[in-house]
Amino acid sequence: MSEINFKIDNIPHSANPDESVLQIALREGVDIPHFCHHDDLPTEARCRTCLVEVEGKVVTSCNLKPAEGMDVFTDTPRVKEMRLRNMELLLAGHREDCPKCQKGLHCRVSVLMDRYGVSGIKYKSPKADAHLHKMCQAAEIDPQLCIACNKCVEICEKTGSNFLEMKGKNAQTHAAPTDRTTIDCIYCGQCTVHCPVGAVREQNEIEPVERALDDPDKIVIAQMAPSVRVSIGEEFGMPVGTDSTGQAFTAFRELGFDKVFDVNMGADITTIVEAGELIERIKENKNLPMFTSCCPAWVKHMEFYHPDLLPHLTTSRSPQIHAGAAYKTWWAKKENIDPKNIVVVSFMPCTSKKYEARHRKLNVNDLRPVDYVLTTREWAVLLKKRGINLPELEPSEPDSLGLYSGAAAIYGASGGVMESALRTAYFELTGEELEKVEFEAVRGVEGFKKAEIKIGDRVIKVAVIATAKNMNKIIAEITADKSAYDYVEVMACPGGCIGGGGQPVPTTMEIVKKRTEALYNIDSSMELRKAHLNPVVRDFFDNYVSKLSEEERKSILETHYSHKNRYE
Amino acid sequence: MNDDIVEKIEQAGLIGRGGAGYPTAKKWRDIKSVQSDKKYVICNASEGEIGLFKDIHILENHPEEVVHGMELALDYLETNKAFFNINRNYYEKIGPMLREVVQHHNYHNHDFQFFIEEPSYIGGEETALLNAIEGKRTEPRQKPPFPSVFGLFGRPTLINNVETFFNVALVDKNEYKGDRFYCISGPVNSPGVYHLPADWDIAKVLRETGNYPDFEFFVQLGGSASGLVFNQEQANTQKMVGAGGLEIYPKDTAPKDLLLRWLYFYQRESCGKCAPCRMGTYALKEIIEESTEIPWDEIFKVLEVTKETSFCGLGKSVNEPIESYYSNVIKEQ
Repeated sequence: MSEINFKIDNIPHSANPDESVLQIALREGVDIPHFCHHDDLPTEARCRTCLVEVEGKVVTSCNLKPAEGMDVFTDTPRVKEMRLRNMELLLAGHREDCPKCQKGLHCRVSVLMDRYGVSGIKYKSPKADAHLHKMCQAAEIDPQLCIACNKCVEICEKTGSNFLEMKGKNAQTHAAPTDRTTIDCIYCGQCTVHCPVGAVREQNEIEPVERALDDPDKIVIAQMAPSVRVSIGEEFGMPVGTDSTGQAFTAFRELGFDKVFDVNMGADITTIVEAGELIERIKENKNLPMFTSCCPAWVKHMEFYHPDLLPHLTTSRSPQIHAGAAYKTWWAKKENIDPKNIVVVSFMPCTSKKYEARHRKLNVNDLRPVDYVLTTREWAVLLKKRGINLPELEPSEPDSLGLYSGAAAIYGASGGVMESALRTAYFELTGEELEKVEFEAVRGVEGFKKAEIKIGDRVIKVAVIATAKNMNKIIAEITADKSAYDYVEVMACPGGCIGGGGQPVPTTMEIVKKRTEALYNIDSSMELRKAHLNPVVRDFFDNYVSKLSEEERKSILETHYSHKNRYE
Repeated sequence: MNDDIVEKIEQAGLIGRGGAGYPTAKKWRDIKSVQSDKKYVICNASEGEIGLFKDIHILENHPEEVVHGMELALDYLETNKAFFNINRNYYEKIGPMLREVVQHHNYHNHDFQFFIEEPSYIGGEETALLNAIEGKRTEPRQKPPFPSVFGLFGRPTLINNVETFFNVALVDKNEYKGDRFYCISGPVNSPGVYHLPADWDIAKVLRETGNYPDFEFFVQLGGSASGLVFNQEQANTQKMVGAGGLEIYPKDTAPKDLLLRWLYFYQRESCGKCAPCRMGTYALKEIIEESTEIPWDEIFKVLEVTKETSFCGLGKSVNEPIESYYSNVIKEQ
């Protein structure tokens, strides 16, 4: 395709005619404020703030295609004036309604308002004729802050959840749950990571975490998920795909955490438990295919839509829950600490992990394995509040229980759980260690991947699924033919947890790819690449779990599922 | 024979009577030229603006002609699928009668369907209407693609106003004389719908219908929301525009009341899709409600963005009544 030559603010550019002027400008570092443009979603030109001037006319740049010889101006007096007025209209009342702005916490909209001189009080905003809706303990949608950009609705439809829709008209227009009772939210939080103004957001838990940190009687443990270390840097202006693992550990210490462990260690526990169950089921040909269950949004999908298929979910708990229970049982005993005084805080790329952490059924000795879950975004807000600038920190190592394998590191990517389990299952089935540990066929950001994996004399048929849309496809395939697959990994978010609902805004598939690459680099640079070779985890199993009664063992490693109603 | 109709429409100089005034023959030819397995014809009887009530008048009094006009379009486009996009209030009044008329016209396998829309202003906008029929939110689509290429369910679609189809039938019967419908409203003797020459000046229309006021007045032409305002003197030369609304206001009408009448309408009818229209009309309403003296400069600042940056014609037209009222009536006092 031939390139178009045109100018932005008198600077020549050549570009693909399929791209919009906004996309080209943003890529070339020209700042144009915008709210309703997202690289992966339809262009509907709703917010009307990405204004530019072309041939004396002020137009939106998101739906403007470059033409040969076109002169685009982004900062003329007319553009500035109309842009400011539209932003004043769009963001009327933002600061008075935004809980982050109200508490003086970092809010990206507020930063933008300051940059463009938007007061937010020039015009009146109507009070929406609707209330805050909480998606269980995961996310919430605030109609007062909604700017009707439709992004949450579009992503909810694109992923296949179809839970959100635009309701009302005129200045009362806002996103809201559908009235169709056959549809439920699965708490994936994709709406929150696609909301440009924090109207759809995680349910904030920063304050209780701060209280725990300030309480001298509490031993507060930080553990971060695989995906968080390669995305937190974005909140501090670091290039997409930067691995900030070492700085993240230091940041937890600066915040005052007593111990810095790692969800990755929990992932190694999960791999061992899950691989063990997989082998058992394959040998007994029972409840196949086996589904992963570490994505609470996927579990909710199954519990709401397909309760009849629940026996196919692995009974293994998820990494954050496995790790939390290990701290509050094994580690507490070793360290002679009353587990009641331990507070475990997970840092996750996810909103549904907040929901999972509140499941009573996961309690161990009446204690929650994980007390609080902060998203990557909440963590950034907390760091900024405490004046901790991540890029400036010296890297450090985690504490004793933070040791993990490369297999755990890749849990964040779609296909990572599958690959980790296969590395361990190979050893369990053949008694030999796998030489080449990479399973390329299950990698990548596609939403539906399939492969046949040869382990010894067996061929294991696997599939790797991301998003609700593909959940429906695999359920249809399996309903038609139960023997189509042996093992299926399912995640709710595009690209897996790395594209999770708790990740920094914006998250696009291009960004997800770069973060994913960083995860696989962590794995390939490690010596320890198999969960079952992690010495900490070995110690946990050999010297603690093995001595437990069957009931005790189950209570910290396994779970069960049940039919869930709407909003449950 | 059917190809002749478009020649006749062109010679008669028919333009759309929904408000936009697009040449009817060109619209028909555009759609004819697009290759597609299916095409649709839609009669737009949304008529959601205040001061307009001619579509219901035509449907009540001339349903045969309207259906005939639609049939000419179906035959010309070599398709058989037609829709009435009709607002619920109208349907409740004339739906059964219209269904009966359509049944008698059921030759050539023509299939007429009724889409009953919730009465709204935006529901008459061509692409919003398509969304509504498709079961989507009633809000405008981006253009291009235009409905003539990518219309209902992605197929080329002809959307004409009730009056346009009526005119097409007259053209076909060689009875079209260049008349148009006037919807006269306001505190006059005989408000109502009149069918009169399109080239009469407004003063003549008022005199001939016995509606020329015995008080000082100004008028709004086209529709009582989006229509332009002209003073009494201008009414001597000004001719009808847009969709044919003619509202008469006493010269001493309180400006605040008038502005709020327009803004209550616009603010209520904004579909909510784009920020300047949705929030701008709300902000204007608030600004005017709270004012003791009309803050014209403040108002014009907001109107500049509704006019220049709104997504569709609804938002882009909010300034028209207000600005023309200001320059033709307020400033002339």
